[in-house]
Amino acid sequence: MTQEVDLKRRKFLTIATGVVGGVGAAHLAVPFVSSWQPSAKAQAAGAPVKVDISKLQEGQMITVEWRGKPVWIVKRTPELLDALPTVRDNLRDPDSAEEQQPKYAVNEHRSIKPEILVLVGVCTHLGCAPLYRPEMSAEDLGADWKGGFFCPCHGSKFDIAGRVYQSVPAPTNLEVPPYRFIDDATVLVGEHPEEFTA
Amino acid sequence: MSEQDKKVNMMEWVDKRFPATQVWNEHLAQYYAPKNFNFWYFFGALAILTLVIQIVSGIWLTMSYKPDASEAFNSVEYIMRDVEWGWLIRYMHSTGASFFFIVVYLHMFRGLLYGSYKGPRELIWIIGCVIFLVLMAEAFMGYLLPWGQMSYWGAQVIISLFGAIPYVGETLAIWIRGDYVISDATLNRFFAIHVIALPLVLVLLVFLHIVSLHHVGSNNPDGIEIKDKKDENGIPVDGIPFHPYYSTKDLMGAVVFLFIFAFVMFFMPEGGGYFIEPPNFEPADPLKTPEHIAPVWYFTPYYAILRAVPDKLLGVIAMGGAIAIMFVLPWLDRSPVRSMRYRGWMSKVALAIFVVSFVILGFLGTQPSTPTYTLMAQIFTTLYFLYFILMPWYTKIEKCKPVPERVTK
Repeated sequence: MTQEVDLKRRKFLTIATGVVGGVGAAHLAVPFVSSWQPSAKAQAAGAPVKVDISKLQEGQMITVEWRGKPVWIVKRTPELLDALPTVRDNLRDPDSAEEQQPKYAVNEHRSIKPEILVLVGVCTHLGCAPLYRPEMSAEDLGADWKGGFFCPCHGSKFDIAGRVYQSVPAPTNLEVPPYRFIDDATVLVGEHPEEFTA
Repeated sequence: MSEQDKKVNMMEWVDKRFPATQVWNEHLAQYYAPKNFNFWYFFGALAILTLVIQIVSGIWLTMSYKPDASEAFNSVEYIMRDVEWGWLIRYMHSTGASFFFIVVYLHMFRGLLYGSYKGPRELIWIIGCVIFLVLMAEAFMGYLLPWGQMSYWGAQVIISLFGAIPYVGETLAIWIRGDYVISDATLNRFFAIHVIALPLVLVLLVFLHIVSLHHVGSNNPDGIEIKDKKDENGIPVDGIPFHPYYSTKDLMGAVVFLFIFAFVMFFMPEGGGYFIEPPNFEPADPLKTPEHIAPVWYFTPYYAILRAVPDKLLGVIAMGGAIAIMFVLPWLDRSPVRSMRYRGWMSKVALAIFVVSFVILGFLGTQPSTPTYTLMAQIFTTLYFLYFILMPWYTKIEKCKPVPERVTK
């Protein structure tokens, strides 16, 4: 037996052992890292909600539940849409500067399609459920009411795009959740449009 | 055999099997520390004391706390009302958290004041910076556990910061929460990390911090190397053994510290709404945002920096940068001397401006943002960074005083 140490062989074996061990460690990390992902239960509760809006009439509102919160889908009439620019001066944040909506809803109508409005139906003041009041000049809301949402708890008012009026308790506009259209008749609440997923 | 002999024999028996005497001497009885330590040198030892307080009170809290979104808040109230002495242990832990940061901030200030981060102590400083980071993570996760309004919404704000990272941000935030919103899954994992993962890391880092300190030796208010002047036995002439000299001094510091600690714990455990914020006495409600969300006081300087930047991603970068820049401090400082005592006026002014900026940012972080406050936050954020960025320049051009050969009184 020779006394010489084959350093090249030793180095090769060291590196080979290191690489194999490293690959093993990387594989072992997978279950530990993955276990932090939302569980099947959380995924089921937080999955995007598919909503059929083919039967939604103009002026009608439907409510669906997404991640434990009510989400409203409203098909606005042309009359309601025309009223949007007219109330601007009475709004706190008419241009949606606060981050209460995804980028694609930063516009006058706060939606992808002007007529279809998707909102989280929770008052930004103290979490009450505002009421849908589409009628023009409603008796209790005054002659200049142009349709919108009214919170019965503390009197916060929002226009028909969910923008908050001035001098009401709610600090910000109503939240627009992420959503996209699968086709003209189906909305998927909880997922951004493909071009905005990043 | 006399009692004394028996003791010696016993120690010999142990020492053959475990280097007990050697470790004792190396780190305490024959660890020579500069004889001119002052007030600022209390805070290292006090940080260890606070760590022990947190670990002991924390272990006792886990005996009655329930890391479950539906029970967490009530279990804390149960500890406060029904568990024997539970209120004391809980207040010990919540007061301890704030005191931990007070002590650590003063300890870090000492480092800046006497140049303790300069070579050959760069690694002590870097390990210390990692300890600071881990401590912030530990405190943040601990604050979620009582499941009050501020626990919930504070965590909401901080975790959503990760969402600002391009491309992977939203996925990362979901991975951290284990859900699309802060939920039971988040609470449960934060509990695991808070009570076992990070404390283990923290203890290990403190061990490394001390091992590396004892390897190079302690700095002192004069910033001179006592190891350069040794007597015939190889002992630094300006050094005194840590034990009994500094163990006694630190014991005195601990007594005063505990007086103050106990006073706060008994008479103002909520720390005027800064140690435990008022909204945290309400259970977490995902549908109801508190009027004003502010982190606990020890995070507010960084929160103010975050808010000072109008862009969300840049704000996150500025906040991260404010901590990251501390890591390179040893290489930003080009001064030939360590201690502020022998530096020129520019270093002194810079440090004073830095401390004032830090305190003002801390105040601003507790306040709702108004245009004036935002402008102030921007000014003081700039000053905070200028302290570091201009350091290579002002430490190089200023005129320093001559450093004495031996430590002064």
